[in-house]
Amino acid sequence: MANPFASRAGIVVVGCAIGIMATLLQYFGNPPNMGICVACFERDIAGALGLHRAGVVQYIRPEIVGFVIGAFLAAMLAKEYRPRGGSAPLVRFFLGVFAMIGALVFLGCPWRALLRLAGGDWNALTGLAGLATGIGVGVLFLKSGYSLGRAHPQKAASGYLFPVFMAGLFLLLVFQVTFTEGGPIFFSQKGPGSQHAPLLMSLVAGLAVGAIAQRSRFCTMGALRDVILLRDFHLMSGVAALLVAATVMNLVLGQFNPGFAGQPIAHTDHLWNFLGMVLAGLAFVLAGGCPGRQLFLSGEGDLDAGIFALGMIAGAGVSHNFSMASSPAGAAAFGPAGVITGLVFCLAVGFAMRERT
Amino acid sequence: MSATRIDARGLSCPQPVVLTSKAIEGGAESLEVLVDNEVSRENVLRLAKRFTMRTSVREEGPDIVIEIKK
Repeated sequence: MANPFASRAGIVVVGCAIGIMATLLQYFGNPPNMGICVACFERDIAGALGLHRAGVVQYIRPEIVGFVIGAFLAAMLAKEYRPRGGSAPLVRFFLGVFAMIGALVFLGCPWRALLRLAGGDWNALTGLAGLATGIGVGVLFLKSGYSLGRAHPQKAASGYLFPVFMAGLFLLLVFQVTFTEGGPIFFSQKGPGSQHAPLLMSLVAGLAVGAIAQRSRFCTMGALRDVILLRDFHLMSGVAALLVAATVMNLVLGQFNPGFAGQPIAHTDHLWNFLGMVLAGLAFVLAGGCPGRQLFLSGEGDLDAGIFALGMIAGAGVSHNFSMASSPAGAAAFGPAGVITGLVFCLAVGFAMRERT
Repeated sequence: MSATRIDARGLSCPQPVVLTSKAIEGGAESLEVLVDNEVSRENVLRLAKRFTMRTSVREEGPDIVIEIKK
């Protein structure tokens, strides 16, 4: 059965669509250079649930809900919904934790790195260089036989859990329940968490992105990995399309402000921008997908990808509670320690999980 | 000559492609790659195309068998 989205033209169209939707979401209220950021938005969800108390980054982002449910519906329609799991879930959980710690030192996932670049934030260049470096290290592990082992088919119902969890989050957003006086659900009154496009627009954009990304297998980490590992530019053409479309849209919408200093929700601490993304990139390779791809996979029934995503949400709590997440002032007190710990963990996983052939 | 058989079921991306690529680079002229999902099928077929090898696909129960020949 032909899948038009799996073609070169298909992935380019998907990349363009994501770039356009992300910049429009920013235009309609999402934070600057953060039309879509999977790491930031999962961090906001963690904040809304009270897993951290950074008051400026708390909101249940409907985009994330849409990604998972959009991918779930697309997979169902295409008969690709296939619950599977059991490939080193606990290792994947911690890979998610450290991926988030690295991403929040840089202040963005690979998607936001591209969107920051498209908005003229040149600090994204050191982040993307770090991402490529981390992926390069991960590729060495892949070449030497790294594997977290096989996943096995699971019962149909187990794959519904993650989409249902997301639907539950959406209900919490709609009804804005207060569970205790001064307690969760938290919604930022100022800062990035208070900036958001209208709820329905965010949800619809999320569903659309989730569906087309599931069909096209769009993955930012996979793009760089395939170029380094296989000289295959298929996914990269989608990523390039995203960057070009977002840049053009930013120019059209007046959202392009080139420079290093004073960029929104960003800092100029180049060393830690770089190393934060080295950690994130390495963790993504070891787990088999960028944060966005992990959400789409969890929608189509990949329980291990769901565990990784939960690891990222938990990692956001760790990151903010333990002063590891950067701020516009630069890297935080324990950011470097978090990155180094994460790198040690990822290298240990990379070496320990090689299979002799 | 019997085909080299690679069981890539349950392996996450990009391992099916890495295993196939290694086998082709190792000189295998006839391969059977066993995968269990559509993404792996697309990826392995794309790889074989880049090596300009002939491919055919058949289903074996829930699994997909990709035959690759020089």
